[in-house]
Amino acid sequence: MRNTIFFLVSLAVALVIYFGLRAFGIDYLFVAGYVIVQYVVLATAWNILGGYTGYVNFGSAAFFAVGAYSSVTLITIATHIEDWFSESVAAALNTVFPLPIPVLVVIAGIVGGLIGYGMGYLTLRLRGAFFAIATLALAVVLATLVVNWEFVGGSSGAYVIAPAEMIFFKSYKEYLFALMLLMAVGSLVVARAIERSKLGYGFAAIRDDELAAEASGVPTLNLKLVATTLSGAMMAMAGAPFPYFIGFIQPSSAFGLEYAVNSIAMPMIGGTLSWMGPLVGAVLLGTLQQLANVTISSAVNLLIVGLLLIVFVIIAPNGIVGLVQDRLRARRTK
Amino acid sequence: MDFPVELFINAVIAGLLLGGFYAAVTSGISISFGMLDIVNIAHPAFIIVGSYIAYIFNISLGMDPIIVSVVMAPAFYVLGMMVYQIYYLSFEKRGQESLRGLAFFFGVLFVTEVVLILVYGVDYRYVEAVYIGPTLKFGFIDLPLRMLVPCISALVLFAALHLFITRTFTGRAVMAVSQDQGALQLMAADPVRIKRIAFGLSIATAAVAGALLIVIQPIEPSVGREFIGRVFAICVLGGLGSLPGTLIASILLGVVESITATFYGPSWAPAVAFGFLLLTLAFRPSGLLGR
Repeated sequence: MRNTIFFLVSLAVALVIYFGLRAFGIDYLFVAGYVIVQYVVLATAWNILGGYTGYVNFGSAAFFAVGAYSSVTLITIATHIEDWFSESVAAALNTVFPLPIPVLVVIAGIVGGLIGYGMGYLTLRLRGAFFAIATLALAVVLATLVVNWEFVGGSSGAYVIAPAEMIFFKSYKEYLFALMLLMAVGSLVVARAIERSKLGYGFAAIRDDELAAEASGVPTLNLKLVATTLSGAMMAMAGAPFPYFIGFIQPSSAFGLEYAVNSIAMPMIGGTLSWMGPLVGAVLLGTLQQLANVTISSAVNLLIVGLLLIVFVIIAPNGIVGLVQDRLRARRTK
Repeated sequence: MDFPVELFINAVIAGLLLGGFYAAVTSGISISFGMLDIVNIAHPAFIIVGSYIAYIFNISLGMDPIIVSVVMAPAFYVLGMMVYQIYYLSFEKRGQESLRGLAFFFGVLFVTEVVLILVYGVDYRYVEAVYIGPTLKFGFIDLPLRMLVPCISALVLFAALHLFITRTFTGRAVMAVSQDQGALQLMAADPVRIKRIAFGLSIATAAVAGALLIVIQPIEPSVGREFIGRVFAICVLGGLGSLPGTLIASILLGVVESITATFYGPSWAPAVAFGFLLLTLAFRPSGLLGR
């Protein structure tokens, strides 16, 4: 019941944001907005594993790229249908292909979830650090695979042309923004629902003391696998519309370091203990970076993110949300 | 098609030389991650800093990169002790090393890389020394000095480290600190001090490894990231905290990578380390010589 109310409220907020931006009539706002909202999804997805269970994933960029490249693969297949199949089959397939973006998002989610599950299955029975290291290595290896895979463009990249005609939306960027906004609402609803469920309490028990949790009958491995699968799926879903958004995709942009660092820095700076933290962190840092990208250089703005991350993990372990909560609590006890 | 025996033997020898170098790169991680339980993923960043320092002195003063690195090692040692002190006070003391400690090192890795990009750009940099270029030839076997000199220097460094760890009181205390801190205190050794020394030592090896790296190949700021998977794969494969295991695993990885690069192309080489890592984690998480 409460989850339904939360969903309706956030949907209303999303609609207000969307129509607010639309009232300006500037296409660039949707481009900048898309990047920020995409970070909300990535940060929330990272936090389900990192913040709730305490397992660090350094490979967000890899999962994001898995989503992006699963879309590229399906889009490329669509252009080859006539060469591969006989006429009758091709005609049948062409009624489905090219797949609409929401379908691409779902497929990306399945692929990302499977990879997350596999990674978790191999490494989560061991100490936490192994998982973190394996995710780091995963990014390098998936990038190697994509670079060597000519079908999706290899190292030189591939062009992805977005359809020109839209029904309701004025431009394609606007459509992608609306879609990503909807995904952000979805991920926040999922994150909040987890927090207040049996699953969430299990996650918290793992984070606080895994041995004690295991001893009290919490199925730790299964819960951790749920977290890695869900988190991987959501990250890949965030990456699925990326090829259409950027128009020209190459491994260095899909596996960009900014995704790995931002999806860790945003929850850490916002606060990892609740769904609000990644949201606050992503909106704050995302907006800051969009402004810095225009005014200063993009390297300097990544430097700022890195320094903020270091400063926050040292002096504010529970992020901005934690600082605000402490302030409120102190005022109440006065 | 005949099996190209000569090519194969040369690939194996190149792999052996590469493996020796990997041992120097991994020795620091073997101490910090293997013995101290500090997941220092920023280690490759310190290695790249070592490379750039060797580069600066080599270009401006014409000094030999390896000699520069040995001179710079004490400075890295002090830097390492400072980093550990921050890490200890901010995370280890509060029991938050697993999540926030990792994020801290990730931040350090990232900031170092971005600063290097801002200062030196993303161009590849290289050094000049007499042993870069000539190759020793024995029949069909090629021994490029560019690989041989770093390999020998790495093995010297590795042997010195091994002697220090196994033969001195401080060295043995380093091995003991991850096992039983209480017992170490009974031996009148302060665990925090021992860890500080060991971490300083692990960063000091990064100075040398960095200089060897820039002798072997031209570098740019993000090269370090390729080494993260590699060094941790070696460290886990060798068995955490076992220096002899680290050496065996380094050479194994070097040979397999070299053969892969020779027969399938260099763009596949980074995937080898990851394959090793996953197989080890799946089948023998305690490593080859794990305790």
